[in-house]
Amino acid sequence: MNYIDSSLKVVGTRPIRPDGVDKVTGRAVFAADTRASGMLWGKVLRSPHAHARIVSIDTTKAAALKGVFAVVSGVDFPEIASEEAFVGEGPMNFRDLSLNCMARDKVLYEGHALAAVAASTQAIADEALALIEVTYEVLPHVIDVEDAMAPGAPVLHADMFTSGVSPKPEKPSNIAKVVTFKKGDVEAGFKEADVIVEGSYTTQPVHQAYIEPHACLASYAPDGQVQIHTSTQGHFMVRAYTAKLLGISMSNIRVNPAEIGGGFGGKTLVYLEPVAVTLSRKSGRSVKMQMTREDVFRASGPTSGAAMTVKIGAKKDGTIVAAQQVLKFQAGAFPGSPIGPGCMCGFAMYDLPNVDVVGYDVVSNRPKVAAYRAPGAPITSFAVESLMDELAIKLGIDALTLREMNAAKNGTKTHYGPVHQNIGFTAVLDAVKSHPHWKSPLKEGHGRGLATGFWFNIGGESSAQVHVNEDGTVTAATGSPDIGGSRASIGMMVAEVLGVPATAVRTIVADTASIGFTFLTGGSRVTFATGMAATQAAEKVVEDLKRRAAQTWDIPVEAVEWKDGMAYPAGSNAGAFEPLDLAALALKAGRTGGPILAEVSVNAQGAGPGFGAHICDVSVDKETGHVKIERYTAIQDVGKAIHPSYVEGQIQGGAAQGIGWALSEEYIYNTKGQMENAGFLDYRVPVASDMPMIEAVLVEVPNPRHPFGARGVGEVPIIPPMAAIANAIRSATGLRMPDLPMSPPKIRAALDAAG
Amino acid sequence: MAKTYVSATINGESAEFLCETQQTLLDVLRDVIGLTGSKEGCGSGDCGACSVIVDDRLVCSCLMLGVEAEGKSITTIEGIANGDTLHPIQQKFLEYAALQCGFCTPGLIVATKALLDENPNPTETEARYWLAGNLCRCTGYDKVIRAVMDVAADMRGETVA
Ligand code: FES
Ligand code: FES
Repeated sequence: MNYIDSSLKVVGTRPIRPDGVDKVTGRAVFAADTRASGMLWGKVLRSPHAHARIVSIDTTKAAALKGVFAVVSGVDFPEIASEEAFVGEGPMNFRDLSLNCMARDKVLYEGHALAAVAASTQAIADEALALIEVTYEVLPHVIDVEDAMAPGAPVLHADMFTSGVSPKPEKPSNIAKVVTFKKGDVEAGFKEADVIVEGSYTTQPVHQAYIEPHACLASYAPDGQVQIHTSTQGHFMVRAYTAKLLGISMSNIRVNPAEIGGGFGGKTLVYLEPVAVTLSRKSGRSVKMQMTREDVFRASGPTSGAAMTVKIGAKKDGTIVAAQQVLKFQAGAFPGSPIGPGCMCGFAMYDLPNVDVVGYDVVSNRPKVAAYRAPGAPITSFAVESLMDELAIKLGIDALTLREMNAAKNGTKTHYGPVHQNIGFTAVLDAVKSHPHWKSPLKEGHGRGLATGFWFNIGGESSAQVHVNEDGTVTAATGSPDIGGSRASIGMMVAEVLGVPATAVRTIVADTASIGFTFLTGGSRVTFATGMAATQAAEKVVEDLKRRAAQTWDIPVEAVEWKDGMAYPAGSNAGAFEPLDLAALALKAGRTGGPILAEVSVNAQGAGPGFGAHICDVSVDKETGHVKIERYTAIQDVGKAIHPSYVEGQIQGGAAQGIGWALSEEYIYNTKGQMENAGFLDYRVPVASDMPMIEAVLVEVPNPRHPFGARGVGEVPIIPPMAAIANAIRSATGLRMPDLPMSPPKIRAALDAAG
Repeated sequence: MAKTYVSATINGESAEFLCETQQTLLDVLRDVIGLTGSKEGCGSGDCGACSVIVDDRLVCSCLMLGVEAEGKSITTIEGIANGDTLHPIQQKFLEYAALQCGFCTPGLIVATKALLDENPNPTETEARYWLAGNLCRCTGYDKVIRAVMDVAADMRGETVA
């Protein structure tokens, strides 16, 4: 059924979320909060070198230490053949992931795991790590993406030959793959142009910086049964990877998703779980592992840094006739940067006749990148939307008008293939135009920037169950870890269908043995795809309840109507019966067919792309180079906001992460290839005093492929901030800042250079 | 290593524990006493997820040793509600949806309590600077600050428009 034009009682309201009280009282159980009987502490030995051959690992002394129950290294893990994995978010290879969890012959970045211990206390585990003797042959390393592409650069993988080019290269290199998208004839397009603008841009790797470090508790029982309790965006993903990497059948692994303290894409891989299971198997005890914050920075995440060039040609009136982009994304030590989405998303906001995009996926001696909120899109959009600003200035056209003129509409064919349908970009730009922020005069000394963003959003496989309990209350279970309030939105959709208040439905996240397969929480898919499954499960329950009422009243099921959580006889012809509510029907369940529940699994299609536009006012302190965000407005097409507060929260949180990316966050390396700022003191994420209020404006252009019109909302808001801020700085100072982060030293240097 | 006997008051109840000298108060709370509401986000005093109140002072429990708790009165997130009645700060965080993943939330609520104990009438800027030691990666702080300003007004007996 479709409820888009129905009057809704629950969807669109702001009830308190089902897991809220647990989280404000300290009751919520996160992965590091669990214990098991006889539990040991597992810790990882990490490489101090950016690139080295492991000559030998001697664990004798560590293993002999009292209180140490297991020591493992690469040899304790099965050797995995190279094979593409479609388990997590983004491209992955099982062999690479295995080697990322535990190095074998070489360490490829500072922080790379190469051994682990399990001991009775954390202090003993630390002592044991110090007793492991490793002999390294240090190799030349390379950090920067363009250095890694240069001829003569140290090669990380002797068997890596660039894919996506023909003929196949004869020599291995650090370029894993080349991606190209073409539409029309870009050379002919540029010939038609009256004005051409070009720019080169760089972005730095930034970490997802979830406040909860990775943690898990694993147990391997003598009968081969494995239990894992972990912080993850996908417990089915953890099961699949652990099974494959350790050669265990999936039916012998049960993964319990703990409350997750943030992920943003960074918890879509495994790091600790296969190690904890191996330590548990070897020691015969449960093993708990948690990363330190340093480990999180050095060995998990971040997203790619990039070097990019963009060229756009337009007619005098502002019509863009050609657009070209070259993107070089660093992937970290193994292939798999988000170069695909990077190539897709930069120009997807616009209706362009001629486009040419080339992208490179490049390895270097840094931690392997993981997904981060709209992976690739913020990077590519920083470049495109900065250059769009230059184009507007050069043409003397207002930044919004230029975007309106070239905006993608329904029917626009993107350069990467699909035709946009049911998109709300024009509605978003209209909302910019009419917003008081856009219309307000600029304050003295301030600058204003505008930038937009596009993310395709995904659907995919999800399972949901709706149970009517014996007393008529309702439990909804899904396979989607809740990373930002999705239990609330799913429960609300179920409540709406059942005609009961939101608080009558308790939503939980079921473990891998308790519900059908569900793809991980990522791609802004949960409220869309899992919400679709839950809605359909609730509809099945309603059909079943109607049938039971009909049976009770001995009338045809067509003569039963479901309204406000009760079965009614439909009209006077159906007979005069007292309505039956959920409690009454639950009471009779034994006599009307047994337990009342439905499970629905879907492979949801038609996620519906999302578009956003951010307006930002800044002031720049010319003495210190500090940029202050004075006012910030984030406008986004959300399809239909199921729980508007959490939709706003996604937008505000995404914008804040984008502000950090723009102004302060970066990985700083020394000449040995070691990260120098692996902590929150020196890796500066925005704090409360850095931020203004962020006004989130919800534009609702329903997505017809979802029962309530929802589209993914979590990723779009991190895309526009970097360019919006760069454009605002340009407006305030006349300076174009092409390199992120736009930190005080860079601003100062640019001011000095400009005189 | 010999352990040290420590006697303190935790959430209004007397508590006795044995701890190793190098154990932080956060380790003691989580691993010895079993109060896991205080979180470890960094272990270096930079994230505030471990915030507790020690004798009226807001403290990062990861930066204080367990043995230093001797004779002190400690309030953790578990001690903020009054039985099953939520503290107004907790209630307001829920109403404002001032949390997403909720990992920073115990620390933010404890820090807000300490703020309002000391300054019942903070400006938005004062609230932002007070809470600058509590990182939240999910919310962008907007709803957190709104909740704090509103609950402060409530607790003063005012209502904000
Ligand atoms: S854990 Fe104590 S400040 Fe982060
Ligand atoms: S709610 Fe997730 S870190 Fe604050």
